[in-house]
Amino acid sequence: MSRYTSATPDDRAEMLAAIGVASVDDLFEQIPGRLRLGRPLELPAGMSEAEVYERLAALAGRNVDAEEQVSFLGAGMYDHYVPAIVDAITSRSEFLTPYTPYQPEISQGGLQVMFEFQTAMSELTGLPVSNAGLYEGPSSVASAGYLAMGATKRRKFVVSRGVHPHSRETLATYSVGYGAEVVEVGLEGGVTDSAALAAAVDDETAAVIMQSPNFLGAVEDVEALGAAAKEHGALLVVACDPMTLGILKPPGECGADIAIGEGQPLGNRLDFGGPSFGFFCATEAQIRRMPGRIAGETEDVDGRRGFVLALQTREQHIRREKATNNICTAQALNALGAMVHLAWLGREGFRELGELLVRRTAYARERLAAVEGVELLHDEPVVREFAVRLDAPVDRVLDRVAERGIAAGYPLGRDYEEFEDGLLVAVTERRTPEQIDGLAEALGAAIAAERGANVADSATTAPQGAVA
Amino acid sequence: MTPLAEAPMQRERATTIYEKSKTGRRAAVLPDAGVPETPIEDLIPANLLRSDPPNLPEVAEPEIVRHYNRLSRRNFDLDSGFYPLGSCTMKHNPRLNERVAALPGHARLHPAQDPRRAQGALELMYLLQQSLSEICGLPGVSLQPSAGSHGELAGLLLTRAYHADRGETRSKVLAPDTAHGTNPASVTMAGYEVVKVATNERGGVDMDDLRAKIAAEGPDQIASLMLTNPNTLGLFDENIEEIAALIHEAGGTLYYDGANLNAIMGRTRPGDMGFDIVHLNLHKSFSQPHGGGGPGAGPIAVSSRIEPFLPRPQVVRKDAENGHGPSFDLDFDRPRSIGRLRGFQGNFGVFVRSYAYILSLGADGLTEASETAVLNANYLKARLAEGRAGERLPIAFDRHCMHEFVLSGRPMKNELGLATLDLAKRLLDFGFHPPTVYFPLLVDEALMVEPTETETKESLDAFADAIEEILAEAESDPEAAKNAPYSTPVRRLDEVRATRKPVVRQSFDAPAAAAATGEADFNDATSPSGGSDA
Amino acid sequence: MAEANYPDDLRYHDQHDWVRLDGDDAALFGITWFAQDTLGEVVFFEPPEVGTTVTKDQPYAEVESVKAVSDVIAPMSGEVTEVNDALSDSPEQINEDPYGEGWMIKVKLASPEEHESLLTAAEYQKLLDR
Repeated sequence: MSRYTSATPDDRAEMLAAIGVASVDDLFEQIPGRLRLGRPLELPAGMSEAEVYERLAALAGRNVDAEEQVSFLGAGMYDHYVPAIVDAITSRSEFLTPYTPYQPEISQGGLQVMFEFQTAMSELTGLPVSNAGLYEGPSSVASAGYLAMGATKRRKFVVSRGVHPHSRETLATYSVGYGAEVVEVGLEGGVTDSAALAAAVDDETAAVIMQSPNFLGAVEDVEALGAAAKEHGALLVVACDPMTLGILKPPGECGADIAIGEGQPLGNRLDFGGPSFGFFCATEAQIRRMPGRIAGETEDVDGRRGFVLALQTREQHIRREKATNNICTAQALNALGAMVHLAWLGREGFRELGELLVRRTAYARERLAAVEGVELLHDEPVVREFAVRLDAPVDRVLDRVAERGIAAGYPLGRDYEEFEDGLLVAVTERRTPEQIDGLAEALGAAIAAERGANVADSATTAPQGAVA
Repeated sequence: MTPLAEAPMQRERATTIYEKSKTGRRAAVLPDAGVPETPIEDLIPANLLRSDPPNLPEVAEPEIVRHYNRLSRRNFDLDSGFYPLGSCTMKHNPRLNERVAALPGHARLHPAQDPRRAQGALELMYLLQQSLSEICGLPGVSLQPSAGSHGELAGLLLTRAYHADRGETRSKVLAPDTAHGTNPASVTMAGYEVVKVATNERGGVDMDDLRAKIAAEGPDQIASLMLTNPNTLGLFDENIEEIAALIHEAGGTLYYDGANLNAIMGRTRPGDMGFDIVHLNLHKSFSQPHGGGGPGAGPIAVSSRIEPFLPRPQVVRKDAENGHGPSFDLDFDRPRSIGRLRGFQGNFGVFVRSYAYILSLGADGLTEASETAVLNANYLKARLAEGRAGERLPIAFDRHCMHEFVLSGRPMKNELGLATLDLAKRLLDFGFHPPTVYFPLLVDEALMVEPTETETKESLDAFADAIEEILAEAESDPEAAKNAPYSTPVRRLDEVRATRKPVVRQSFDAPAAAAATGEADFNDATSPSGGSDA
Repeated sequence: MAEANYPDDLRYHDQHDWVRLDGDDAALFGITWFAQDTLGEVVFFEPPEVGTTVTKDQPYAEVESVKAVSDVIAPMSGEVTEVNDALSDSPEQINEDPYGEGWMIKVKLASPEEHESLLTAAEYQKLLDR
């Protein structure tokens, strides 16, 4: 008997007798002798709960998290305040420990949450149909591409360079399997180059894929850009940040056929990148091509209202090689977190939060633009994130600012060679005006110091990471 | 109707959170902006702005808590009872793992944090990679895939990249007819065609059919064989070495669907069996809670010939220098990589839980977990071979099983008129989650039972007794099971209607009277706990 | 319809499809009582487009119940001249009236002589009894 098992020696003896074998080894006889491991796994011995806790806490202590650092990091995942009721509800056994609701009679809680969630995402995106969630953002973009191929029988994607680099790379990875071509359209002044986009779209194009706000934080004119897709019968796919949809015109009102995105800002913690969820909304015309699970309303034999998994024939467990997608495991618990967060924010709070983000971001943008050595990378409208250029090596500036307990933002040079000097700065409701002032001051000081250091050309002044 | 488990869940009429909404109510109080209240239209052009806010509910916090707590009681869950869902490994989810995953150093760590300031997270990922590598007997590990099916897609894209690197183009992927549905679905998404291989009378791969299929398609067209071992019948394929030799001779890769790894940890390893690519379901063997259908994670382990093509970034360890300890980094410089499969580094929160699980159990504990899982499955199989179950629900392939086994409900259907579905629904009244039903497709009226190692002998006995009782009941009253369940929050639901005319979201067109009726219906709740524990 | 029924004036394909000739070179296709009974309540039928070609023994459409999908096999070859659009709104017609309102497509036959190779009602029922 060890951790989490409960068979006593007596139990074992009785069970072996009932099976009719002398030992557990006899049950493993079906494994050919040469393939049996024949030695213990080379892993440490088991530990007590307290020891495991200490070990994991020590590892956690070697990370610099948003609790101990004022973080302006965004780039798709944001340090929003997750209300306490999200933790309370998502940690309930009844939501935490069941499997997929394949037996609807005893899964009404989970199924109704899916239905409520679908309603919320449909409301946010302005599209009539939502699924119950996918893995996360970038792979949802790839799944949208797959749907578009099926819907149009075409194999070309035209993708804006404003789409998250992880999404573009994921789409490229998947497209090798799809046998699809990916054509990228560049940015002009911070937003998608509309002339280049129109030129790239043709009658072979399955989908035009854009993101708004785009990776540089700029709000795209989706409606205008989408015209090219409409003209050639391609689907318009819009990746969006759900937290901006209390403010921005929803993709469904801008002509989008599909809206997808990373759901983390809604009720999910940062978790170093996951688990979170992706959302996937579409027009009615696409409902039978949707990936993932969809809950639907119905009645039981007594006429009582209930919910079931609808349209299951789309899915892999029935349609197998002809399935609309291979996805099985979804992110039900993460979608629940989102739903509780949205209910907590409510109709008014959600809009107010959007306005708060717009105003604080505008303030931050203005403060940073006034710093010596900082200029705006673009002046397009933004909601919660904006891009600047630094007149000093970005990585070194970030290290200097980190010494003052601030993560200044995301270095755009990681993904855009044309923006080696770029910094992406994100603001949430947790970032106070004072913290924004602190960032401006720290950036100014760091840039000035770097320029000085540059003049001195002295390697000895190079900063060390805060936790090198 | 004989003994019904007491209804543990709410039977009130379902009322959505939207129907509880009332204009003017709210929960959230936001901080003051603390900056100038510039009109939004001055910051963003009006044509890009939304005219009406989305219809989110307007509810105060107490009502939100009550709503979701009541909803939760309309779910059956692993913490409440036996959940022998085949192929899903519903083992206990230790709460320690939740606690350590919630530490701010994990939970509030931004994924774009500079690796130098995320050393603990990268080390944890590295250590998990090492652990999974040892458990699988394969040198390379990527934690990136988000789930088993995502791992399958990764594995097939790796196969494609591996062959392309050798100047080969192959078009076919072999999979047994007992394969999980995700296998063929992934094959299609990866641009291959699936070729089905038959099952032999022992429940393993039919070797003659395998040889014939390889010959018919042409060895140089065989990209891969996807196999679960033990397979979905819960049986270990004794011919695995010969299968591996045949596939490798043809130049294909051998792919291991790790859904059933829980049977073999510390006993045998996919790498030693000859597999090139393995996916693991951290939400099955490694105790990540299923969460009502996710999240999970589907790391892959690969042989050295596949390793160069793994997704990027990879977590790497750098040796000590300048008196510092070793450090960890994200390696993007992998020119032969298939690229990314998702954003950032993967489902880190899942990695924390699974690593905590591996630390808790250790080498011995993991092996013991698999042994007990196999013991429990064989014991339950033996119990169900007795009495009425033995007669009406024969085992599909009668030999020792691994961690799960498959019964056929065909005699039950023929002799008692009870379909497998009816038995499953009647089990709900007895307080059990039914096994996986109607899978694998190969077995008529299939029931696939996986008890897992964390169940007591008493639970297994109670389940076997319930099956016996239901079969006995059906002999005198077949209608009882056919109309089951009775004690659940709702009874059998009209799935035809839900699919013919799908209603997949709340409509706000209807009159707003729903909220009122919803309140009234609260009083109809029959749950014995009433609301006292809300 | 609740009872098994195989009209004598139709010919049958062993994959459970029927043909009703309409003149010398046109025919209606549908699925048999057995097929719809096996499938259960039909929830969705997506017809092929008018103008497409169907080939004997090859699938031309899919029909779905809640938990199964089945290919519909063409009993003869030809070009689709008409589809039963009413089925998109009322797929239940396939269950309720498989040989009438539940017809699926009308085809201009490429090889009318294929009709001879199809099963009679008696032959088809014999096949089902095996």
